[in-house]
Amino acid sequence: MTQAEKSIGNSPVVKKRISDPRSVQVLLIGLTYLFFIGFIFLPLGLVFSQAFEKGWGFYLDSIHEPYALEAVKLTLLTVAIVVPVNAVFGVSAAWAITKFNFKGKSALKSLLDLPFAVSPVIAGLIFVLLVGSRTPFGSWLGELGIKIIFSTPGIVIATIFVTFPFIARELIPLMEAQGRDEEEAALTLGAKGWQIFGQITLPNIRWGLLYGMILCGARSIGEFGAVSVVSGHIRGQTNTIPLHVEILYSEYNFTASFAVASLLVFLALLTVVLKRGIEKHFQKNSFHH
Amino acid sequence: MGIELQNITKQFGEYKAIDNLSLNIASGDLIALLGPSGCGKTTLLRIIAGLELADSGKIILENKDTTNLPPRKKNVGFVFQHYALFRRLNVLENVAFGLNVLPFKERPSRSEIRDRVEHLLKLVQMDWAQKRYPSQLSGGQRQRVALARALAVNPRVLLLDEPFSALDAKVRQELRRWLRKLHDEIHVTSIFVTHDQEEALELADKIVVINKGRIEQQGTPQEVYDHPANAFVYNFLGNVNVFHGRVHNGKVSLGAHNVDAPDDLKDIEEKPSQTFVRPHEIGISRIRSNENDFAGTIREVRLLGGQIGLNIECEGLDGPVEAEVPRELFMNLQLAKGVQVFVSLNRVRIFTGDYEI
Repeated sequence: MTQAEKSIGNSPVVKKRISDPRSVQVLLIGLTYLFFIGFIFLPLGLVFSQAFEKGWGFYLDSIHEPYALEAVKLTLLTVAIVVPVNAVFGVSAAWAITKFNFKGKSALKSLLDLPFAVSPVIAGLIFVLLVGSRTPFGSWLGELGIKIIFSTPGIVIATIFVTFPFIARELIPLMEAQGRDEEEAALTLGAKGWQIFGQITLPNIRWGLLYGMILCGARSIGEFGAVSVVSGHIRGQTNTIPLHVEILYSEYNFTASFAVASLLVFLALLTVVLKRGIEKHFQKNSFHH
Repeated sequence: MGIELQNITKQFGEYKAIDNLSLNIASGDLIALLGPSGCGKTTLLRIIAGLELADSGKIILENKDTTNLPPRKKNVGFVFQHYALFRRLNVLENVAFGLNVLPFKERPSRSEIRDRVEHLLKLVQMDWAQKRYPSQLSGGQRQRVALARALAVNPRVLLLDEPFSALDAKVRQELRRWLRKLHDEIHVTSIFVTHDQEEALELADKIVVINKGRIEQQGTPQEVYDHPANAFVYNFLGNVNVFHGRVHNGKVSLGAHNVDAPDDLKDIEEKPSQTFVRPHEIGISRIRSNENDFAGTIREVRLLGGQIGLNIECEGLDGPVEAEVPRELFMNLQLAKGVQVFVSLNRVRIFTGDYEI
């Protein structure tokens, strides 16, 4: 023990100041738990108790029913398109913003947050106004036989819009911190652009990228507002899981609705577990950063 | 010629980083680009490497015009201030990188690459760390790996951007001597950028002093140190005392005294002058030996390793004098704070002009 530590240990005045009184600790911890119980554990429990209210058989039937299966398929298809598209966009945007100097860079950086700031319903409406069948562009597409609004492309586009910031926002601070020294070193050593990207840049950002992709995926699965506007709620065709849950609920089919909703909860829990795993990996490998 | 730079100019907006600079460096030389921060020395290095594009001028490396080549084709070795090792690759993979990215036809076989990398790692005394990652190495070790990595591609020239400035003093000195030894073995034309005059004086065959994007002086360390071309160079190469005065008909006023002007200033009728003296070139004695000596009182005594630093207030001089004396002299003369001494300014350098410190 050093002298300084000794004097702190022996002096009750100093000791009081370095930690909050026990009562404050208990109060804060208690409040935190109370909040978690009220807003997370209780609702979660409620979802499952409702879902299983009419027993296992009904639960399985509800999620096996053709419309529900179609909704699951559509949701997975959407995620399978949206996440890769946004990964490419996010990496390109983060790369451009952190490695180059160009006009409008800071404006672009702030605009990146727009999808978070705008209400998803508005986001959906923007696309209806842009490519809906009554707009010139939409009717031109319609003549070509391409339908965007009230069909799968519209759902995908709306979801891309709502979730595109996740990956870029995850990567920009990471790439800013890493700087461009390593890329420049690779350049002077004779590497071509794709070699630098594949062997230096991508490995350096892979965990951040994966993290962003998981957040993006989770949000894509659960997106309701924007998708609701552009989908048209056609059962078996343009219904995603959240939309299907809403339809069942508005038809007073509560148990089925909660059963399908529990699928979303499972996916959310899976996301949390994956996220935690990656965070742990981040910490374990932090000496590489 | 190892490196020929012809009329290089580079402007960042309003700011002229490099101002019509030309420089010739003999093959196999180790050159220091010395200057204060922001003088354009790093920009110049990055222009040679192709990491920055010059607005105009020509770059010829080992008799090949590389001005318009993309950086990956310039074949220069670049060592970065903060090492810039690839954090996801181990030491072996780092050094092999430049060979592994070669097009298939030019790439040596796996075993040749391995031999070459191992040879280089031995050269930089890092062969024991092949499987380590950069984060597991100290700063000095990282910089040696970075050097091996730069040498792996057989560069035309080796460029080092403040290679030791991120290291602590002891390691810096060690690595400096080691680099000098290494250069004597491999003889690749090298430029290193530094703002540390000691490093430049100790390490370089030739020093190029740069200020505001222009060359102030170039020459061997001895030439530059003993015969500085102007006040900037004199001032930048070490600690100085400056006394402002006037040159007047063959005499220079120095405080209350007048001394003979040096030959090159004899014919000046009337001009402001600055008189420079290095602290270790100031004579200190307890008795007056010359009528031009200044009487003074020691105000401060500082221990500077082998030397003792003195702050002396002198009668007839506008500011205090900073002097450095060997410990032995300090003891023999029984110097201490408050003691009366006589200060002789024999080895002075006098410059005229508008240069301001």
